Amino acid sequence: MATLSSLYQDLILDHNRAPQNFRRMENANRRVEGHNPLCGDRLTVWLRMEGDIIRDAAFQGSGCAISKASASMMTSSVKGKTRAEAEALFARFHSLVTGSLEQTQADSLGKLAVFSGLAEFPIRVKCASLSWHALKAALEQPDAVVSTE
Amino acid sequence: MRREAGRLIGGTATAAVDRSRGKAYPLARVPASPLDIERIREDFPILRHQIRGKPLVYLDNAATSQKPQVVIDAVSRFYSAENANIHRGVHYLSERATVAYDEVREKVAQFLNARSSREIIFTRGTTEGINLVAQSYGRTNLKPGDEIVITAMEHHSNIVPWQLVCEQTGAVLKAAPINDDGELDVTAFEQLLSDRTRLVAVVHLSNALGTINPIKRLVALAHARGIPVLVDGAQAAPHLAVDVQDLDCDFFVFSGHKVLGPTGVGVLYGKEALLERMPPYQGGGDMIETVTLQRSTWAPVPSKFEAGTPMIAQVIGMGAALDYVADLGLESIAAWEHELLSYATERLRGIEGIRLIGTAREKASVLSFVLDGAHPHDIGTILDDEGVAIRVGHHCAQPVMERFGLPATARASFAFYNTFAEIDVLADGITNVKKMFA
Repeated sequence: MATLSSLYQDLILDHNRAPQNFRRMENANRRVEGHNPLCGDRLTVWLRMEGDIIRDAAFQGSGCAISKASASMMTSSVKGKTRAEAEALFARFHSLVTGSLEQTQADSLGKLAVFSGLAEFPIRVKCASLSWHALKAALEQPDAVVSTE
Repeated sequence: MRREAGRLIGGTATAAVDRSRGKAYPLARVPASPLDIERIREDFPILRHQIRGKPLVYLDNAATSQKPQVVIDAVSRFYSAENANIHRGVHYLSERATVAYDEVREKVAQFLNARSSREIIFTRGTTEGINLVAQSYGRTNLKPGDEIVITAMEHHSNIVPWQLVCEQTGAVLKAAPINDDGELDVTAFEQLLSDRTRLVAVVHLSNALGTINPIKRLVALAHARGIPVLVDGAQAAPHLAVDVQDLDCDFFVFSGHKVLGPTGVGVLYGKEALLERMPPYQGGGDMIETVTLQRSTWAPVPSKFEAGTPMIAQVIGMGAALDYVADLGLESIAAWEHELLSYATERLRGIEGIRLIGTAREKASVLSFVLDGAHPHDIGTILDDEGVAIRVGHHCAQPVMERFGLPATARASFAFYNTFAEIDVLADGITNVKKMFA
């Protein structure tokens, strides 16, 4: 149970039960749909950008606890960040969940460090990164509504 | 612990013990089986293994079955002592391998009660069998506006090959609907059959829902209009006694690996008269009569459809698997699996918040479900930590998931080597999931 409880930490279960920013954003200027064809999970990420800054982020969709909690915490953590800062955060998050991040850097991730247990569950890394990939696609497509598919 | 679980079965034990809590379930419910499950489990070496420190509870049999030692030995013996190519050597080993390979064709014919082993074609699996019929029979016989009828409960492998041949020929694919229990709407199916229908392709036992389709009736409805029928028997072959003459289907396909055999081998049964009229699916060695640089003529069936060096070791392994199944008897297997499914259905129905997906009156071996508040992937990960292997996701049947408005389900699927005690581990694991996600 040691590794299982490191995966399903209370913070993750809390975000799964009551995800933050779980809403359709009416005044968004970026929208991307993320889809994991292997498991059928789908989610939509909305951003409201002002220049280079993410003013607001939200998501909706269906998915497992890991993907939902990750999307919840991702949307919270990128608000107010610049595109470059958000992309750098994703890079560090990805290293964390694949187990290649140094401990000192893990500390810098704040609450996102709760996903470190994923390193023991490589098959579930896709779940945690789905919303981040959608975010990245939204940041890379300045004026378009796109899908990662 | 594993032996303890095994000893509970066959009406010989006195109490089923929950491993984690020592709680006993009333064992009066474990019915006697004509099969000695405890002894049978010893034939499967993987069942002695521990997963994450817990005895393996393998409930993913619809994905692939485990292999008895006789199958592993047959493959190993072939490569160790008998390996040679077939149908092309005069030397001792080639002759032996050829005989062994062709003997399996006879075994498969008996397994399906085909009229002749000429009606048995070896393929890579169910998927290749369906693609063979779609490309060889379908491409030859379909014109723009012609129709193929399938059902809304098909596996992707009985949908996509028909979509491909429809794109190539201009034919149209139609799907008969299913009801909320996951049963085929036979009236709607019949209404889809018309003078434009050229082929019906229907699953025998649904991998996502467990539904057993009334194949004999569907074949009769199609034949009344002169329409041939392909049956996807991937899940049926391991769990139901199949008699292709009784069903009167025109094609029947299954995979060796779901019937205790190796991966990479399967079977296409086809009525000889139909196979004779069909062009080759692939060209190459072994499927020809004569070849000149201008043109070639084809070998008679079944060789016409077996181009190139086939999967000889896998075919021989599948032969050992079918022998093993025949020794147990599919009637006995089906009877025990029916008990397992009934008990699992009862146990899971007793868990609040569970919804069973697929509640057809005629069902076998598959139990799909969803749980309030927990996504199937989380259920799968948490059960895995208990050593319980189930499948989660869309089961390569996305239209079925869409029909029920679900992104995914969790699926436990049973084989004759499973026990009531294993179902208790499953049910207790699901209860743990509920606690975690409460």
